[in-house]
Order: sequence, then structure tokens, then C-alpha cells
Amino acid sequence: MDIGWYLAVSAIVFAIGAAGVITRRNPLLVLLCLELMLGASSLALLAFAKMHGNLDGHVFALVVIVVAAAEVAVGLGIVVALYRNKVAVDVDELRELHG
Amino acid sequence: MNEALFFFAGPIAVLTALGVVVLRNPFYAVLSLVVHLLSLSLLFLLLYAPFLAVIQVMVYVGAVMVLYVFVNAYVGGADDAGGGPGRPLRWLAGLISIGVAATFGIALLGSGLTAIDSDGAEVGADFGSPGQIGELLLTKFLLPFELASFLLLVAAVGAVVLARRRGGTLPGETRMIAALDLLAPTGTGSMREGIGAINPVPGAVNTKLPSGTRPDGGTASGGTASRDGGEDR
Repeated sequence: MDIGWYLAVSAIVFAIGAAGVITRRNPLLVLLCLELMLGASSLALLAFAKMHGNLDGHVFALVVIVVAAAEVAVGLGIVVALYRNKVAVDVDELRELHG
Repeated sequence: MNEALFFFAGPIAVLTALGVVVLRNPFYAVLSLVVHLLSLSLLFLLLYAPFLAVIQVMVYVGAVMVLYVFVNAYVGGADDAGGGPGRPLRWLAGLISIGVAATFGIALLGSGLTAIDSDGAEVGADFGSPGQIGELLLTKFLLPFELASFLLLVAAVGAVVLARRRGGTLPGETRMIAALDLLAPTGTGSMREGIGAINPVPGAVNTKLPSGTRPDGGTASGGTASRDGGEDR
């Protein structure tokens, strides 16, 4: 299988995720679309790692997974805190940092 | 065999990614992402990354998606509102994403990387095995490894601080005061404590809350008071 095919899938999924981040209004779904973009970038990293026969890309993809897990923990904590405080769970309504 | 697996997993990955963006019910979007991540791990396997594929399934499908489902159920899983004032911007977003995809495609086709049209380097059977990656993590990438563990610690503490709920922050609850609270300045603590004491959130009443909640504070099973705004310390 040519490496280019994997890169094409990665590019398409990344673009779809970017569209989702722009259009979705529920912060939970914005986080989901961020996961799409991160997964697509991991796929590209692994494709290039295979292309060069070098394992550095694997370590980078592992770090991406760690960062994604941390982002999910904090992001979902913020969503729960928003819900508790009766602030609208809608990114279009969240314009102020001080509530 | 590789081709068959790729053309099985690749289209599924793209279609379920579209599902995540298009489906209106957040729960279905989460399930679509689960299928997407599974097919992505299959692609990882095809790229000789067995360790990453297993980690992907364990971390994402096993842990992160469970977290999403729980938070989804907790927040109420209200449908993502379509239409509204953001309608024209949606087309703009579609155009932007098509532009991003086209840019990546041009970058791929015109990159001049000849190895893209090949199978990649010949790799041994233990390419991407846990042993090799672990050796790299503890030698060449020791600092990123330690930073990643520190990042996870900070994120875990931050998530607990953000999402915890101490008694007494909603009206009608009894407040247990710890000795440390007397030293803490006003406006600190969790979000509810910090905002509620200083500045009760204006305009939060008329927002799109699920029907199970009352706009004046407290869930249907929560507090009994009728006044919003956190209590003063």
C-alpha cells in the first residue's frame, strides 16, 4: 500500500474535523472533532515513520495521545463545571472569561 | 491483503468522521467516533505500529470514550442546535474545510517526496514493538516522556479541581468549612465557588437547559432553595 493513500485519508479526516470544530456549537462535540484532528495527525506521523523506517514518529504519536487524554480530562471538566453553573453549554454563548 | 484491509478501514474512517461532524445527536456522534478510532487503529496496524494501535484502542476507546459517554449522559445530551444565526457560517465552514483538504492534497501531490508513491522503507518484524519504543522513550526521548507524565498529573489535578462539587455552594445546602477555607481569598476555589460568591452569572437563566433542570439553581433532584447565586462566605 502506498504511503500516499494513508496521507490522503489523514488529510481528509483532518479537514472534516476542522469543519466540525468550526460548525459545532456544543463544546462536547467540538472536543470530539478535535479528537478527529488529533487522530488524523497521528495517522500522518505513523505514515511518515513507516516511510522513513524510523521510530521517532511513533514516540511523537504516543505524546499526541497523551496530550489528547489530558485535553479531554480538562475539557470535560470545564463542560461539567459550565453545566453546574447553569451557563449555556454552547460555544457561541460563551463570550466572556469572567462569566 | 494490505490493500483489502486499507480499503475496508479507510472509507469507514472517513465516513464515521463525517458522522461525527454531521450527526445531531451527541450520543450518536460519540459512537461514530468510537468506530472511527477502531478503524484508525486498524490503519495503524497496517503501518506496522502494533503498539500504537493497541494503545489507541485502550486509551481512546477504553477510557476517553467512556468519559465522553458519561459526560454526555450527565450534561443531558441535548441535540446540537442546527440553523439559527450561524446558518450562513456553516457554508463558509464547509468551504474552509474543502480548502484545507485541497491544500493538503496539493501539498501531497506536489511535495516531491518520491517515497510517498512507494511502500516505505523495509522494516523488520519488530518495528514499532513495545520494546523498541520503550527504549527510545528512556534514551532519546527521556525529557518528553517525563514532561508527558507531568502533563498528565497536572491535567488530572486540574480536572478534579474544575469538576468537583463541595457542599454548600448551592443555596439550601449546608456548608462544611475546612480550616483552609478561612485562609482562601474570595473568588478562588472551584468555578461555582469563585463565580457564585462574586458575580452570579447573569443571563444564564434563559439559556437552553434540558427540561430536567430548573433555571433558578439546582437540578430537579438537587437543592431546595429558590434563589440563585452562591452564598457569601
